[in-house]
Amino acid sequence: MTGEFDVPKVEYALVLPLLVVFGGALVGVVIEAFASRAWRYTAQVGVTVTTLVAALVSTVLVGVGLDSIGGDVPARGELVVEGAIVVDGPSVFLWGLLLVLSLISALLFAERRLEGGLTSFAGQAAALPGTDAERVASTERIEHTEVFPLMLFAVGGMMVFPAAGDLLIMFVALEVLSLPLYLLCGLARRRRLLSQEAAMKYFLLGAFSSAFFLYGIALVYGYAGSFDLTAIDQAVSASTAGTPLLLAGIALIAVGLLFKIGAAPFHAWTPDVYQGAPTAVTGFMAACTKIAAFGALLRVFYVGFGGASWDWRPLIWVVAILTMVVGSLVAITQSDIKRMLAYSSIAHAGFVLVGFVGLYSGNATGAGITSLSSVLFYLTTYGFSTLGAFAVVTLVRDAGGETTHLSRWAGLGRSSPVLAGAFAFFLLAFAGIPLTSGFMGKWMVFAAAWAGGAWVLVVIAVLTSLVAAFFYVRVIVVMFFSDPGVDAPAVAVPSALTAAVIAVAVAATVLLGVVPGPVLDLAQQAGAFVR
Amino acid sequence: MTPLISPWLPAEAGGGVPVLPVEAAGTFWWLWLIIALPALGATLLLLGGRLTNPWGHLLGTAMSAGSFGVALVMFVALLGRSEEERQVRQQLWTWLDVGDYTVDMSLLFDPLSAVFVLLITGVGTLIHIYSIGYMAHDERRGRFFAYLNLFVVAMLVLVLADDYLAVFLGWEGVGLASYLLIGFWAHKQSAAVAAKKAFVVNRVGDVGMSLAVMTMVATFSTSSFVGVSAGMPEASSGTSTALGLLLLLAACGKSAQVPLQSWLLDAMEGPTPVSALIHAATMVTAGVYLIVRSNYVYAETPVAQVAVMAVGLVTLLFGAVIGCAKDDIKKALAGSTMSQIGYMTLAAGIGPAGYAFAIFHLLTHGFFKANMFLGAGSVMHAMDDDVDMRHYGALSRAMPITFLTFAAGYLAIIGFPGFAGFWSKDKIIEAAFAEGWVFGVGALLGAGVTAFYMTRVMLMTFISKKRWRSGVHPHESPSVMTVPLVVLGALSAVGGVLLLGGWITGWLEPVTGPEGEHELFVSPFILTSLVTLVVLAGVVVAWLVFGRGELAGTAPQRVSWVTRAARNDLYGDAFNEAVFMRPGQHLVRGLVYLDDTIIDGVVNGVAALVGGSSGQVRRAQTGFVRSYALTMLGGALVAVLATLAVTLA
Repeated sequence: MTGEFDVPKVEYALVLPLLVVFGGALVGVVIEAFASRAWRYTAQVGVTVTTLVAALVSTVLVGVGLDSIGGDVPARGELVVEGAIVVDGPSVFLWGLLLVLSLISALLFAERRLEGGLTSFAGQAAALPGTDAERVASTERIEHTEVFPLMLFAVGGMMVFPAAGDLLIMFVALEVLSLPLYLLCGLARRRRLLSQEAAMKYFLLGAFSSAFFLYGIALVYGYAGSFDLTAIDQAVSASTAGTPLLLAGIALIAVGLLFKIGAAPFHAWTPDVYQGAPTAVTGFMAACTKIAAFGALLRVFYVGFGGASWDWRPLIWVVAILTMVVGSLVAITQSDIKRMLAYSSIAHAGFVLVGFVGLYSGNATGAGITSLSSVLFYLTTYGFSTLGAFAVVTLVRDAGGETTHLSRWAGLGRSSPVLAGAFAFFLLAFAGIPLTSGFMGKWMVFAAAWAGGAWVLVVIAVLTSLVAAFFYVRVIVVMFFSDPGVDAPAVAVPSALTAAVIAVAVAATVLLGVVPGPVLDLAQQAGAFVR
Repeated sequence: MTPLISPWLPAEAGGGVPVLPVEAAGTFWWLWLIIALPALGATLLLLGGRLTNPWGHLLGTAMSAGSFGVALVMFVALLGRSEEERQVRQQLWTWLDVGDYTVDMSLLFDPLSAVFVLLITGVGTLIHIYSIGYMAHDERRGRFFAYLNLFVVAMLVLVLADDYLAVFLGWEGVGLASYLLIGFWAHKQSAAVAAKKAFVVNRVGDVGMSLAVMTMVATFSTSSFVGVSAGMPEASSGTSTALGLLLLLAACGKSAQVPLQSWLLDAMEGPTPVSALIHAATMVTAGVYLIVRSNYVYAETPVAQVAVMAVGLVTLLFGAVIGCAKDDIKKALAGSTMSQIGYMTLAAGIGPAGYAFAIFHLLTHGFFKANMFLGAGSVMHAMDDDVDMRHYGALSRAMPITFLTFAAGYLAIIGFPGFAGFWSKDKIIEAAFAEGWVFGVGALLGAGVTAFYMTRVMLMTFISKKRWRSGVHPHESPSVMTVPLVVLGALSAVGGVLLLGGWITGWLEPVTGPEGEHELFVSPFILTSLVTLVVLAGVVVAWLVFGRGELAGTAPQRVSWVTRAARNDLYGDAFNEAVFMRPGQHLVRGLVYLDDTIIDGVVNGVAALVGGSSGQVRRAQTGFVRSYALTMLGGALVAVLATLAVTLA
């Protein structure tokens, strides 16, 4: 055997943000093993926040240093780690966005005042609900501080997911981001059975969808002879007609990704999981998982299967319409705030899909809105408002924990106008009222799709967002125009952490609506994918 | 001889007036102040909360009055300019900059927006003053004035913006402010429902607006007035018609035109000054503004123009019929508002020959309708907030000032010779006759019905024998409420001076283009006499029915089907319910069923879970994983097969 092993070339400087996040997660595991219980919470929160901030700083440095490589829509960046990771404009934009939102989520995770000095995660997840072991765990005030490294691992997976240049790496990233989330979903301190049931469902269905994804990868490999997106692109573009192998592969990969996004008909898990999971985790999932999954969807379909867009466009059209209709219509009958927000997030996924399938790559001058930049912008606006909305949900409580039934929110606007005002503001943003970020996001996405010729989709999208406005307004009416019930829940006074989350989310929702320029500019600068 | 409907349908097009503004300088540098003052008021009042209750009403009124003062100075400055320089643009900041698509936050002060700004701030200030008295005993008075200021800001943005996207901002803003104000007395369930209805119906109109703006961006790569008006002549006729119809849909929502009229009657649940400001004088006229402003769009599309006229004609009759049957004084006036805006829409649809008269009628209507709403508020104030006219009667002696000012508004709206409405409505009927018999006769008929229902209101409220409930002792309102009434009453009487020497048409010419000639089959004098006769007939019929014998204290139940239909708003709600709501509900129910019970038909009570505490909830959620997984499998199969089928077929 004379074969030599080529040492892979790793551009450490460019993948630094990933290394920082995974490094921080490992440090968290070590802390869990060696630090005494009394210090763990402080240490873990410190490490998590430091890690995320450091990763954010390095992301900015990477972004500033990206080389432009031209193209119709100017692209910036390069393939690194032997083509496994693509550090380009969209990747860096999504990294930055994910890190900022994760940082905000971390603050929600760390909130301790609401549960009388403990985090909102189960004291001892292994103790069966209702047993002595559980009571012991709560009297001894035990906490699971593992949630912080788990979250960091998930963030790491989310960052690799949309940056993967290779389908196998993408699959690994998918699992890295999913497994910690399955665990986190089951860790609620209150309503533990509900939470565990949610985790179980999410796990089983997630595993099921991973199988589709993996099978799709296998089929595409059979067609193209490579996992590499660039190579797949060449193979797809070289042949004139799609073959069953490729088409089935594309459809199955789409199923796997659409599951993570929560698009109909692969959305069934969303309401159950969003409702059962601890609210901080729900906010984190609703914002970050969706962003990462959309990033991956964009990359696979724009880069890998761009040449076959005529083959998959009808599929995505139908899914987009179905998602918008199901999300906004079914939301109307929901009586639980978290379920309603879950269906609302499904509807939003549909709106983003409209932007995605518009396939508009800018006008003749190469400037202006593109589908990619509009989707990136939409995800930004959506992420902040969603986190803010779920942060508010954590605060409306009674003796049994959070009260998420809509009827219990009646009259909230009178008892705590500031909080209800913030929530109403997020809802108006979801509804897309001007001067909120939601309006700019919708406007950009729809305008790009309109320019790309998908006007039928845009008309449907505008009509369904009209229906969606109806149930957002209904919640506002309940909060401000109904009398509080006899046993109205108290609004807990949060620590500075949750207050900061809500304040940041409100500020972002206002700023992105009034002066969207800088962020839009960033999304423009992200340019196109590097192939 | 004019034809039934003009035969020029697809023929002549073109002749739109481009928007060519000059940069603001000198006096006009202060333009932004018109919006900034009420914006400051709204911000302070909202942030101050209850602290502002003792002086909030004064601040709110002062800000509105200050804005009016600035607007007046600007107006005079604009008068002093030559015709070519009467479109002034002030750039504030760039809202959106995406490559070559830019949206500026900038203001356009031209003859059209100038009259609107004066109307909004002028009538707005009077209504602020009136509200000081009307809301004196409300514990949230500061909040009320905050919302009023907020509304004024949004409305000013709507008429001063120079880009359709920025207009849309004001458009949604007035919708939101109107929502807050209709629902201001949220302790009334009906008010909360009405507020929601107004919001949702308005959103239907907004769909038209947003699609119109998207079409503009896709066609012209811009949504500014300057860009769109410059690009319109080159646009395809399909695009022009689509734009015209979409803008019409938007106008229908905001201006309560058929088929989106249903919210306006319910909106009367709000405090009366709100009805006067928003649902009579200003916001509901935004649709007319939009159409007149987009004259360069309609110049290219005769089809959309005819659609506008048709909507106007139908609405003016629709509203008038409703107005005849209502016993609630505010609802009777609301039906009348709908009808009068129908006149404006009709005039705006006629084109350059009608634009100026649409705006003229809009102004006079702003005066006399605000006047009558405030009068109605004054009456309600005296009658312990009773709105049923069957409980009124003989109030002329108890409330002389209210009576006299209301009478001025009454004479104006029916078109009594010399009063404001006489001049403005007469011009519209004349232009409608020149356009086609159908429109002319419809408008004429509307004038007769208007005279009928307004006389009815007048008789039932002020003249007939008293039918007061026990314990009610009517009295004249305080002077803080009557002074605005007197001012508006005077304007209702003399508002016609705007037409002297054709001033209003000449003034608007830089925006709407020259009026153009129209042929009438008879001399204008004979037509005017005819209109006056029809009006007189309406008054006499009303007198015969309501002016003589006793009036029942409750509405009679054995009435003709016409009356019954009119009492039910001509079944507008029933129509919406049958055509939109029921199918929608069925769809929702079906979807929810599918979503909850997928495939193997598991029905579980979500309700069981609700309210239970952690320990009690055992089997919590509705679906089984296996059924979810089965849907996914089904979805994946369909996805794969469909992709294969579509491509390989």
